[in-house]
Amino acid sequence: MTGAVHAIAMPKWGMAMDEGTVTGWLVREGAPVTPGQEIVEVESTKAASALEAREAGVLRRQVAAVGEVVPVGGLVGVIADADVPDAEIDAFIARHAKQAAETGDAAAPQPRRVQAGERWLNILEAGTGEPPVLLIHGFGGNLESWSDLQSRLAENWRVIAFDLPGHGDSDATGEDWSLSALAASGRELMDALGIEKAHLVAHSLGGAVAIALAKAAPQRVTSLTLIGSAGLGPDIDGAYIEGFLAAKRRKDLKPVIARLFSDERFVTEPLLEQLIRMKRIDGVEPALRRIAAAAFPGGRQALDLRSAVSALPMPVRLIWGDADGIIPAAHAEGLGRGTILTGAGHMAHVERPAEVAELVRELVAEAERAPALVRP
Amino acid sequence: MARILTMRKALSEAFRQVMEEDPTVIMMGEDIAGGMGAPGEQDAWGGDLGITKGLIGRFGPERVLDTPISETAYLGAAVGAATAGLRPIAELMFVDFMGVCFDPLLNQAAKFRYMFGGKTKTPLVVRTQIGAGFRAGAQHSQCLYPLFAHIPGLKCVIPSTAYDAKGLMIASVRDDDPVIFFEHKVLYDSVSDEVPERPYSIPLGEANIVAEGDDVTVVALGRMVHFARTAARQLAEERISCEIIDPRTISPLDEDTILESVANTGRLVVVDEAYPRCGFAADIASIVAEKAFRDLKAPIRKVTPPHTPVPFAPELEDAWLPSPEKIAAAVRESVKA
Repeated sequence: MTGAVHAIAMPKWGMAMDEGTVTGWLVREGAPVTPGQEIVEVESTKAASALEAREAGVLRRQVAAVGEVVPVGGLVGVIADADVPDAEIDAFIARHAKQAAETGDAAAPQPRRVQAGERWLNILEAGTGEPPVLLIHGFGGNLESWSDLQSRLAENWRVIAFDLPGHGDSDATGEDWSLSALAASGRELMDALGIEKAHLVAHSLGGAVAIALAKAAPQRVTSLTLIGSAGLGPDIDGAYIEGFLAAKRRKDLKPVIARLFSDERFVTEPLLEQLIRMKRIDGVEPALRRIAAAAFPGGRQALDLRSAVSALPMPVRLIWGDADGIIPAAHAEGLGRGTILTGAGHMAHVERPAEVAELVRELVAEAERAPALVRP
Repeated sequence: MARILTMRKALSEAFRQVMEEDPTVIMMGEDIAGGMGAPGEQDAWGGDLGITKGLIGRFGPERVLDTPISETAYLGAAVGAATAGLRPIAELMFVDFMGVCFDPLLNQAAKFRYMFGGKTKTPLVVRTQIGAGFRAGAQHSQCLYPLFAHIPGLKCVIPSTAYDAKGLMIASVRDDDPVIFFEHKVLYDSVSDEVPERPYSIPLGEANIVAEGDDVTVVALGRMVHFARTAARQLAEERISCEIIDPRTISPLDEDTILESVANTGRLVVVDEAYPRCGFAADIASIVAEKAFRDLKAPIRKVTPPHTPVPFAPELEDAWLPSPEKIAAAVRESVKA
């Protein structure tokens, strides 16, 4: 065995992506590559971007030709050291092809719109097991921010991510943009989907929405996982909120979105383009302004839900990245169970999905084991 | 929710949505309904390329008006209607025919806001087809947008994708100034990309950075954006990285995005399908030469057709047009210099 052989695989940009087209090779076969170097251009229906080398070595093989459509996870190219024999590269490619043939090509779940109360909400369902898990994203986000975590949790449960009103592909119409109205939308969505009880996993503004939902209808929430949640203290990065509202172009949005992550590699051009496109939709920006005015006036958090959280009957866990620059991790103090993820930013579920999934699993298992502890 | 649409479908959807949201939006043009009031024949066609098909059935003959073949008459009517409170979208089949109705645009619509001290609005959109590649000869294949961009008071929009076409059309109809909207006839069905179902608008005067790159700035419009992308893929294999900028509107023009890019790359190639003399490519070259001379590491290159009419013979038409190969060659020269 000589040096390691590395796959360049078709990435998954969002839950709904199930294949991508190779549109151009940027490196010739046999040329050396360095980590971070752009290797190959790929286009999906959502985005076009270049894939970067993760390892140093030589681009030994361009497996997919220009114009070829490759399923997510499929082999696009192979990187290895120069001294790895060709036979080994061939065997690596053959192994990949065999695996791909065995797993088959299950179509990626597609989003759909559901009427919940007055508004139509965009949702994405994945997985089948009971009990259902409902994912609630943060301010300015959308259901795709859950992509990685959702596919992990969907291995065990029916997991529903949805776009909050005014976000993503949900309606941006209506008058009431208060936290309780957003929470009511979540409850109406559960009604529309015939879900009696769900585990809620919520991020940032979505955390405050989830707390409000659980407070208003505790019998419908089995457990509550709050990631970098709003509503638990006065501080918030007002410059982030203002910057997000003001940005009209990708380049203006880039430094704003960078505040969300501890690792800049998550700030991709497709993500920025997606957010700019969302903001251009009729009604979205005014809706976001009204949500921000209600929840975060003057760069402070308007609502203190700490006592509500303490009084909730169901198991609650707080997860926070210690490098969260939007809402300080100190807000988790004094509220019971909390897990600090060292090195993670505000988007802990995006940066550290495996750990967050494990924490959700633990809490869900515990809540399901001890239903008697959950007062109706 | 976004779907993959052709530019044709994206534009049709934009018309439907702006007409639904605003009862003052009307449409005018030759055969846009499909045959001058002949029963049973209405809506058969929907414009000479079928872009407005379905609108008369939905909005009726009072808002979707088939006009006589007199561009002077209905362009004049559209300009008048715009000043009197309607928002007309007038279709003029080919930009090549604009000569017969230039006065209402050049000397009336373009001047009203200025001459009446801002007291008059002229919310007019004139749609028209541009471009070669259809084997349609010298009188149906031109890209005459520089003629219009030359006139202060007219906004000029040239979309390159289905997404941009819908968002720019909605912005144009909502705009209170006269907008000339240039649709490349080859792109109607050859381009398709993700288009949100709901209405959205893209600000006029905001360039799109189609691809980021470090070595050369390539500015291109309409169909040429796609040629530039093809060229950039070839060049990437040679480790030459192109930043492609699509201004989307040439009046107003987003100079800053171009100048910022040139400040980074130090090289500029402008690609344009319009005639080279006093054209868009020359305009961009002059702006960069004037404002970013010290950033330039190499002479500015232009890739345009020769200064001749568009040939009718297919082989000659292809040779006349800029191509990905010609763009790639210009970029290579720029990098070598």
